[in-house]
Amino acid sequence: MRKMFSAVAILVMASLALAACGTAVPAPSVDTVTVKETVVVEVTSSAPVVVAPTGYGVTLKTVMERGNLVCGVNSQVPGFGYVGADGSFAGIDVDYCRALAAAIFGDATKVEFRPVTAAERFTALQSGEIDILSRNTTWSLVRDTELGGNFVHTTFYDGQGMMVPKDSGIKTLQDLAGGTICVQTGTTTELNLADVMASLGVAYTPAVFEDADSTFAAYSEGRCDAVTTDKSGLVSRRSVLTDPSAHEILDVTMSKEPLGPMVRHGDDQWFDIAQWTVFTMFSGEEFGITSANVDDIRANATAPEVRRMLGVEGDLGLKLGLTNDWAYNIIKLVGNYEEIYNRNLGPDTPTYIPRGYNSLYTDGGLLYSPPFR
Amino acid sequence: MASVEPVLPPMSERSNILRWARKNLFGSWYDAILTILGAWIAYWALSGLLTWVFTVAEWKVIVVNMRLLMIGQYPLEQAWRLWVWLALLVFLSGNSLAIWGRGSRYAIALLLLPVVLAFVFPFGDEPRKWLVILTVTGLAGWGIGRTSPEVLKRSVIAGWVISLPIIILLTRGLSESETGFLPDVRTNLWGGLLLTFLLTVVGIMFSFPIGVLLALGRRSELPIIRWFSVGYIELVRGVPLISILFMMSLMLPLFLPDGWTVDRVIRAMVAITLFSAAYLAENVRGGLQAIPKGQYEAAEALGLSGAQTMIFIILPQALRLIIPILVGQFIAVFKDTSLVAIVGLLDLLGMGKTVLAQPEFLGLQREVYVFISLIFWVLSYGMSYLSQQLEARLGVGIR
Repeated sequence: MRKMFSAVAILVMASLALAACGTAVPAPSVDTVTVKETVVVEVTSSAPVVVAPTGYGVTLKTVMERGNLVCGVNSQVPGFGYVGADGSFAGIDVDYCRALAAAIFGDATKVEFRPVTAAERFTALQSGEIDILSRNTTWSLVRDTELGGNFVHTTFYDGQGMMVPKDSGIKTLQDLAGGTICVQTGTTTELNLADVMASLGVAYTPAVFEDADSTFAAYSEGRCDAVTTDKSGLVSRRSVLTDPSAHEILDVTMSKEPLGPMVRHGDDQWFDIAQWTVFTMFSGEEFGITSANVDDIRANATAPEVRRMLGVEGDLGLKLGLTNDWAYNIIKLVGNYEEIYNRNLGPDTPTYIPRGYNSLYTDGGLLYSPPFR
Repeated sequence: MASVEPVLPPMSERSNILRWARKNLFGSWYDAILTILGAWIAYWALSGLLTWVFTVAEWKVIVVNMRLLMIGQYPLEQAWRLWVWLALLVFLSGNSLAIWGRGSRYAIALLLLPVVLAFVFPFGDEPRKWLVILTVTGLAGWGIGRTSPEVLKRSVIAGWVISLPIIILLTRGLSESETGFLPDVRTNLWGGLLLTFLLTVVGIMFSFPIGVLLALGRRSELPIIRWFSVGYIELVRGVPLISILFMMSLMLPLFLPDGWTVDRVIRAMVAITLFSAAYLAENVRGGLQAIPKGQYEAAEALGLSGAQTMIFIILPQALRLIIPILVGQFIAVFKDTSLVAIVGLLDLLGMGKTVLAQPEFLGLQREVYVFISLIFWVLSYGMSYLSQQLEARLGVGIR
């Protein structure tokens, strides 16, 4: 038994010694202040990364020096940001980060994805933990000002949508005339629904519920003909229904929820790079340039704007502080907007959302890129 | 030569299952009714569960994502480093089982577990190979431990103490470049059970000494130390762990000078350590109070200094007394680590939620959460079982 005591004593002494070692304080005295220091030393021993959060051109320089882009993403929204079974991130927000990395490094893999929660995302951006936030974040005035960020551009026009069972045959809001719609009470969702239906002149019965869970539970029990909330929310809610494939999200949008990436205030060069990465994705689709044909187009294109964009003519890339083949790399390595959209939210995916407003302006959508000149 | 007929022992009633059942289950008519009713309820409850487990549940989501749930995004080509330290731990466990364990049957059964796992569950070839290696090293450790248990005691304890730095070093890596020996694996790639395990082990290993010091500090006669300890303990105990985690992830970055960031995993480790230390301090203080005054006086009479008295006389007795409480605390730390999912770390639970967002496995919440719960239960029960063994070994609760 004595042996055992001494064994325990040795263990305790060893841990004390270990704790004392950390501080490099020689006195092994029982001093609680020493302990506090131990912990702090533990923190600083992690080789902190030096990031300069503000100032023109600083972010790009930091990212270049570090050798990778740190991108704050969501890890739990199907289609927008999640981890695939192979351990790599996927989703439309994630692909945007890859496009940005492709523009900077000519290598779409040089991204470190940092899952951030809704609560900490703005802090993480402000403190320089992440270079850019691409996490289904809605653009609003307060976030653009007080929270110290600039929204780059909308990459996904989310909005209130409507989900119905596929076999109901409902295709438009008018088809819902006389039907029952499940909706959460006390939200803007409920008011939007009333406004939209009133302006369409469609009569319906709202079935209101206190919270989202009971709203969708009622819908899955068949107590209403349709259910409404934000489209990205419908996608993830659909995932928990018994048979997700038996439900369909209608091609209507009843409110404004513009989602897009966000950068810190104070570095306009970084803002420009982030924004023109989005425009490159849009223009790629507009000009019909895909990752498959971009090499061909770069070699043979005659249209001046395409030649400027792909770096055959002019020096647009250099003006952004990048190389001239930045846009080529985005499309070659990640794809144009259509490719990215279809990969994550397209008709062949379980997370299908009709494009709606997320179509090019030429197709009646809102995607519109300023000219490349 | 006259052979003596051996006297047979009376027939054991328990050896005959029918007889046993008759006596205990169908002793009287109401016993019989209760037995049948109980059996029917058990069948009704179990059949639903078993039907779900074997026919309805789609375990493919677990099989496909086994790697994510176990080690997160840790690069596969570096995974051997994790297996190596796991083998080290199994080796030490084999040693310890031989030195302190009770029967050899238990030890062998326990050490054969990896091989059983390897062939019962659909692992890939690489994990299977390593699971077999684990059993081999475990048995080797057990064999070596049996040869000279008394001599090895100290080196095994030393092995356990230095295993944590080795684990961290192997997991984290040495060289900055990607081609060098043991390339650096950034903590953002740590995930799944690996992250849960590391958070737990670091939380326990560091909170233990800090907790002991705080407990001693609270009983100190020096006012500043006492007040500091009391203030720390009461402050930290008065705040939920989740708010400390939020403070660490939201406030700390704002207090640090511009451009300084602290690794998020380390922030979580510090938060868990600081939180757990406050609780441990009070547990240890409870143990200290149980030591009679005579022990101090006897130590003083022997001419031991204050520190010697503490280290050699009081603490060993006090800590031995509070083993059940300590283990309860460690199990709590283990389960509390799942709160880091809320600050964006992909521990076992966080990774489970991420897996649920994979489009091909939408709506399989039950499978994933059942699997995660099972892992938590097995490991928590394992800790509890080990502590019972330790208690029995140290004779706690017998005197």
